[in-house]
Amino acid sequence: MAEVTLKDVRKIYPGGVEAVKGITFDVPDGHFCVLVGPSGCGKSTLLRMIAGVETISSGEIRIGERVVNDIEPSERDIAMVFQNYALYPHMRVYDNMAYGLRNRKMDKAEIDRRVRDAARILEIEPLLDRKPRALSGGQRQRVAMGRAIVRSPKAFLFDEPLSNLDAKLRVSMRVEIRKLQKTFGTTSVYVTHDQLEAMTLADMLVVMNAGRVEQIGAPLAVYEKPATTFVATFIGAPAMNLLTMSGAEPALLLGNGSIPSEGAIIGIRPEDLALAPPGAPADGGIALPLTVVAVERVGPESFVYGTLDRGDSIIVRLPGTHAPAPGERAVAVASRAKLHVFSADGGRRL
Amino acid sequence: MEKRAIFSHRLLPYALLVPQLVITLVFFYWPASQAVWQSFLLQDAFGLSTSFIWFDNYRELFSQPDYYRTIGTTLVFSGSVAILSLSIALLLATQADKQLKGAGVYRTLLIWPYAVAPAVAGVLWAFMFQPSLGIVARGLRDYLGIDWNPLLDGNQAMILVVLAATWKQISYNFLFFLAGLQAIPRSVTEAAAIDGARPLRRFWTITFPLLSPTTFFLIVVNIVYAFFDTLGLIDTMTGGGPAKATETLVYKVYADGRLGGDLGGSAAQSVMLMIIVIALTAIQFRYVEKKVTY
Ligand SMILES: Nc1ncnc2c1ncn2[C@@H]1O[C@H](COP(=O)(O)OP(=O)(O)OP(=O)(O)O)[C@@H](O)[C@H]1O
Ligand SMILES: [Mg+2]
Repeated sequence: MAEVTLKDVRKIYPGGVEAVKGITFDVPDGHFCVLVGPSGCGKSTLLRMIAGVETISSGEIRIGERVVNDIEPSERDIAMVFQNYALYPHMRVYDNMAYGLRNRKMDKAEIDRRVRDAARILEIEPLLDRKPRALSGGQRQRVAMGRAIVRSPKAFLFDEPLSNLDAKLRVSMRVEIRKLQKTFGTTSVYVTHDQLEAMTLADMLVVMNAGRVEQIGAPLAVYEKPATTFVATFIGAPAMNLLTMSGAEPALLLGNGSIPSEGAIIGIRPEDLALAPPGAPADGGIALPLTVVAVERVGPESFVYGTLDRGDSIIVRLPGTHAPAPGERAVAVASRAKLHVFSADGGRRL
Repeated sequence: MEKRAIFSHRLLPYALLVPQLVITLVFFYWPASQAVWQSFLLQDAFGLSTSFIWFDNYRELFSQPDYYRTIGTTLVFSGSVAILSLSIALLLATQADKQLKGAGVYRTLLIWPYAVAPAVAGVLWAFMFQPSLGIVARGLRDYLGIDWNPLLDGNQAMILVVLAATWKQISYNFLFFLAGLQAIPRSVTEAAAIDGARPLRRFWTITFPLLSPTTFFLIVVNIVYAFFDTLGLIDTMTGGGPAKATETLVYKVYADGRLGGDLGGSAAQSVMLMIIVIALTAIQFRYVEKKVTY
């Protein structure tokens, strides 16, 4: 067990793509850190640098006390679960799990004990004699997890380990990964582009965009106070509504003296909005008249898509199935406390 | 997955097979049956009379100590060529697989020897190693003090043909090994690295076993190559000598039949060779289907 520290880490691929542009953060011992961001933002690159299978162009990575920049992956004492599982196709499940222990010249009885323990925890004991090709996707996933936990490494690294599973299995494995990590208390770095996975697994969320960190924090803190419009729209589904306001408009609306004169972007989460009949008063909050365009009823909640009279489109999330019909007029209302205000370029929270 | 083509006309599949069948019939079955027939015949030295003698040619063949010596020579030659060309090709392929930059040039250069006709390669090598004129031969004598003369020393002659035959076969093996290496998912070797395996151990426990279908295929191909395709090379370099030290089975067929005029005996040897090829191919099919999968 160890903390994982990144200091101004950069990666420039041969050919000039700068995939990671100076990232600094610190995963405290035993914490579960989730790197989340859109496709191509450099998450895997960063994880692979921590694992040692990708070189570090500049900056410093530490695992525990040790700077690992120039240390071979085999010497870093970490375990990684790959998206495609990367099981050894020619070895039985047992040997897949024992491989890392044999490389460390552990004695046979101890290897056997550890492999069987891990197999019991992951409920894959009946599969120990099979080759990977005779396993289902979910079972392979479990073997890959088993291969990681038998070694009791300093850190677990996960690169989208659940993305090849069906929706139901994904949820149950998610819960299981979280449980295992808590049991072993091993520092973990987990890469995903699924924000639900990110929110439910993380102690510490790192939101990345285009090779940079946008925000670091506890999942709920990030949800409640997104630092930029990128984070605001990336975390939460459906995404936060953003209304660009020019000149004195936001100050008039919000009565907030700190709003710069060049304007601002106001964000309102769909779940913070309610619908009132046309002509309803603002009541100390804001009231946005709109025309309903479409309604999606998904059971416990409904999404109302509308066009504001000022021109923007907006999504309102209502509990239950009661919602106006398309074409009807309504007013979207929200209390001032629920508004997020960002600078006009979206890069800063005000 | 089963692949199935649908033909609209019932005769079309047969029509498409005809060219292949004709070629096989004309260039394989016909000469093969001729050889089998010939091996039961005895012809006098002038080709004037021919008599049917059943298995006498075979009996004669297996009573010659020479034939067993040739079998031994062939085994030594083929074994050395297969082992050398496979290991060198594998070494080069692993390096090329690591180093992607410039791999194109490297690969092209490595493939050239394969395009050189065996007889031409033989002449080249024979010339380079010619005791009095050859540049390599002189280097060996002047700098290493080796008394190099493959024209007199049977072991040296054997080394020479083995080297030349190996050189020609490396490119072929290299291509297959490189393709095999590139088919191994990178994440599997990365997982092994993270699992604490250093490069050499990774090679022997992950890469090499995953290459085994390729390796097995190449072993068979290389043995067949060394058995049969080296005739031109041996003929131009040593002519089977000195004192038959480099006479392989296929060269003996040629020497006895073509040069010695013993058509019946030569045909019997050809039939033996055919049986060997059929056996090798059968082994290959069996293994490829069963054992060497993972
Ligand atoms: N080997 C490579 N050589 C050059 N560029 C690369 C290489 N690997 C990745 N990149 C580039 O680096 C950037 C980041 O890639 P990376 O795989 O880290 O993205 P990611 O965040 O993991 O995306 P995804 O969610 O799709 O997996 C991309 O623009 C990608 O094209
Ligand atoms: Mg990725």
